[in-house]
Amino acid sequence: MLLSLTGVCKTYDSGAARVDVLRGIDLVLAPGETVALTGESGSGKSTLLHLCAGLDRADGGRIEVAGRDLSGADDATMAALRRDRVGLVFQQFNLIPSLDVGANLAFQARLAGRDEPARIATLADRLGLGGLTGRYPEQLSGGQQQRVAIGRTLAARPALILADEPTGNLDEATGDAVLDLMLELVAEAGAGLLMVTHSPRLAARLSRRVHLSGGRLA
Amino acid sequence: MRRTALSALLSHWRRHPLQLASLLLGLALATALWSGVQAINAEARASYDRAAQVLGQDRLESLVPADGQRVPDAMFAALRRGGWLVSPLVEGRWFRAGQSVQIYGIDPFTAPADSLPPAVAETGGIMDFITPPGRAFAAPETVADLQDAEGLPPLVAAEGVAPGMLIMDIGIAQTLLRADGQVSRFLLAPDQPMGRTPLEQIVPGLERHTPQETADVAELTGSFHLNLTAFGFLSFAVGLFIVHSAIGLAFEQRRPMFRTLRALGLPLKTLVGLLAAEVMLLALIAGLVGIALGYVIAAALLPDVAATLRGLYGATLSGSLSLRPEWWLGGLAIALLGAGVAAAQSLWRLWRLPLLAPAQPRAWARASARGFALLAAVAAGLAGVAVIAGVYGTGIVAGFVLLGALLLSAALALPGALALALAGAERFSRRVLPQWFWADTRQQLPGLSLALMALLLALSANIGVGTMVASFRLTFTEWLDQRLPSELYVTARTEEEALRLRAWLEPRVDALLPIWRVEGPVLGQTAEIYGVADHRTYADNWPMLLAEPDVWQRLARAEGAIVNEQLWRRETLALGDPVPLPGGAVRPLVGVYSDYGNPRGQVIIGVADLVAQFPELDRRRYAIRTDPGAVADLREALVQDFGLPADNMIDQGMVKEISLTVFERTFAVTAALNVLTMGVAGFAMFTSLLTLSTMRLPQLAPVWALGLTRAALARLELLRAMLLAALTMVLAIPVGLLLAWVLLAVVNVAAFGWRLPMHVFPADWLWLAALALAAGGLAAAWPAWRLARIEPATLVKVFADER
Repeated sequence: MLLSLTGVCKTYDSGAARVDVLRGIDLVLAPGETVALTGESGSGKSTLLHLCAGLDRADGGRIEVAGRDLSGADDATMAALRRDRVGLVFQQFNLIPSLDVGANLAFQARLAGRDEPARIATLADRLGLGGLTGRYPEQLSGGQQQRVAIGRTLAARPALILADEPTGNLDEATGDAVLDLMLELVAEAGAGLLMVTHSPRLAARLSRRVHLSGGRLA
Repeated sequence: MRRTALSALLSHWRRHPLQLASLLLGLALATALWSGVQAINAEARASYDRAAQVLGQDRLESLVPADGQRVPDAMFAALRRGGWLVSPLVEGRWFRAGQSVQIYGIDPFTAPADSLPPAVAETGGIMDFITPPGRAFAAPETVADLQDAEGLPPLVAAEGVAPGMLIMDIGIAQTLLRADGQVSRFLLAPDQPMGRTPLEQIVPGLERHTPQETADVAELTGSFHLNLTAFGFLSFAVGLFIVHSAIGLAFEQRRPMFRTLRALGLPLKTLVGLLAAEVMLLALIAGLVGIALGYVIAAALLPDVAATLRGLYGATLSGSLSLRPEWWLGGLAIALLGAGVAAAQSLWRLWRLPLLAPAQPRAWARASARGFALLAAVAAGLAGVAVIAGVYGTGIVAGFVLLGALLLSAALALPGALALALAGAERFSRRVLPQWFWADTRQQLPGLSLALMALLLALSANIGVGTMVASFRLTFTEWLDQRLPSELYVTARTEEEALRLRAWLEPRVDALLPIWRVEGPVLGQTAEIYGVADHRTYADNWPMLLAEPDVWQRLARAEGAIVNEQLWRRETLALGDPVPLPGGAVRPLVGVYSDYGNPRGQVIIGVADLVAQFPELDRRRYAIRTDPGAVADLREALVQDFGLPADNMIDQGMVKEISLTVFERTFAVTAALNVLTMGVAGFAMFTSLLTLSTMRLPQLAPVWALGLTRAALARLELLRAMLLAALTMVLAIPVGLLLAWVLLAVVNVAAFGWRLPMHVFPADWLWLAALALAAGGLAAAWPAWRLARIEPATLVKVFADER
């Protein structure tokens, strides 16, 4: 199994009160599977995604990514997992502003030691970024920036892609185009995708949908 | 992985070249000022060491006359007969036509072989060395300086000889120093035979001195070098404010990048390590540039420092700088250390930063009131340290602790004080624009506080040092008028000529006052002992600090001695305390006089008393009281009728001029460092404003959208910088005055042994205030100009969702 969550819990302190954001989450995701994670604002979607990515630690339960148990993993192990096995796509793009598009596209692949210039050039063309590789992120539109972020993730050939509202900052038409491209490329790569979204319309385009409410999956 | 991450981190600098330049330049300037001062100190130390090593004085014991005077060379034979392996040495200063040089006369046959300069040992021409006119070995620069000097033996340049000294045969030296048949001391060979006759039986007037007791120039000049180091450090600290600010900003701007890097799998340890390496790499580059600049600064300042040390202490420095490894390695180390200190806080913050913390830049530009309170608490702690150092501390180190704590305390208290002032102004504002202006200025404070602290340090140092120098100049000028009442000073070439001169002058002038002196140990240190004639010149003019009513009569009756302020303070003497003179006589202390510019202790007794104690003293020098209008004619007559060379006379005006020149050169170095520190502070302000301006758009865009023009915003930005500079200047005045007081009443007393009255010069503050306003205005000019010309589209982007 690519991703396996068993009884995962997470609690936050919110002033004097404690908020149980996740109360025993069970979820599995197989290679090639695409899953939409929906829920109201503040339901814990992003928290769940962060736990899967090793950006945060669960308070209880067990998370396995590509066969590796994250519960006892140290910072270096989590970092290695994110670098080598997981790809993250953020709502805010999180590109490196001082690197041009070409360098941003290649960045994670190079971090993971999988630099493939020809593949990255192909990816850039398919993402419609072929003529923009010399530009800097601030010179791109939001849609273009998100395509760079997706390209950066896919260039590193991750087994699992975690996307946090990747089209949340884009208009509908641009969002649809970006998602089309992402699904197409994910399918080609055979990777698994867990995508947080508010949109039932976008969620319906993925192979499965899970809904988070009251700290549990439905 | 590391290479990829490092290239991403470094790419920030490619996109922000100005920030990179400010970081590199800030660190380079800081290193330059520090290493420039250290280069001078290293050169001086090397010169002192070379001087101390001459003739093995740094490791050989010596037999020294207890009264500090020379002894007959017959003692040499007595010592050798008693089985002692000794070598005679005559030393003294040779003066001619405004030039002076330290002369060492050695006996090449008995001097310990390894104590001779290589050039003497290897020359082979021993006959040339000992046969008149002989040969004198000197450092190449000394040979160049003395090229036109008459009366010296042929000079031979020799590496390894300290500058400002000549080594020659003892017989030649005795003639030059008018010390025929006399020896200053004897060097003891390290290995002595058994069965020697005890020293007390052969030479009861000699004392055995360990090597350290002979080399005191380094000790004498220590305070001067510490002063220089302190100023260098102040400049370095001001430079570090820039570096801290630039590094802090770079870290804050890259927070989103750090988060992304970590999210993409870069371990925290690697990230922190890479950033530390990046800082060290930048420090290395800046350090190298700084060392090169420091060399230029040192080379420019060295002549003034050398003149000061020669004028104040008689210490001679090499005129050229050497690239000593310990100096440039030290400069690099301080650059790396400074960058490390400046980056430590940012690295620590990053280390503790949760991966999921908000990635927007915040802390650098939006520190909270809590930050100011913390700074104020540290400032209060440092003020406490300053008080403790002032009340309980002694010595120059305590003085500098007091200075450092005072300055840092003031700097750290500045943001809080400014915030209070701005909050007060905001409260009293009625109209909306001023209210926004004051509130916005207060919001800018955290981002500007480091630059403003640097400006405060520079302004305070300027006021403090300026007040000290001007007070010193005023006091010194008045003091010179008192101390040099005689119209003309003459020196005869021989004792016999002095007798004839006296007979020739007495009927022609109002008074002829002997200036006779010896040197010898007084209360454990070498001091000058002068004899004064019983003449009203002294009672009318001499600058006494405290004295018994009949002080001059008591000196004339050989019933007392007066000492200079330095000796009085060093030994904490009181009127009536015994003052032991070389040779065993003791006189009660009857007065204390100020003696600025003299590092040594000085004792004055009656001239008859002096002659009685030291019958062999040099009696060739006189001061002449006469009608000032008759001085020129008298000089002419002394040359034409009496036959005295013109070089053997100096008039009052010239002595004053020489003294004031020494004074001016003494403070030329501090003045230069002051100007450079101001420059560094101005640069700090410029870079802070420039970098802040790039982060200001989200704050300015809404005000622009609400109807304020870009030009009006730019004018307000300019006004803001000048206002903050003006407020800083106002706060710098009390800090600077306190600094001046510490310099005059604590540091000077500890360093030089004299205390000066403090005078204030408000006109200088106005000039400085204008300079501060100009610095603020200039620093803000470019960012304001850019704001005035910014494209509206850029401002609109602030409101765009996509951003």
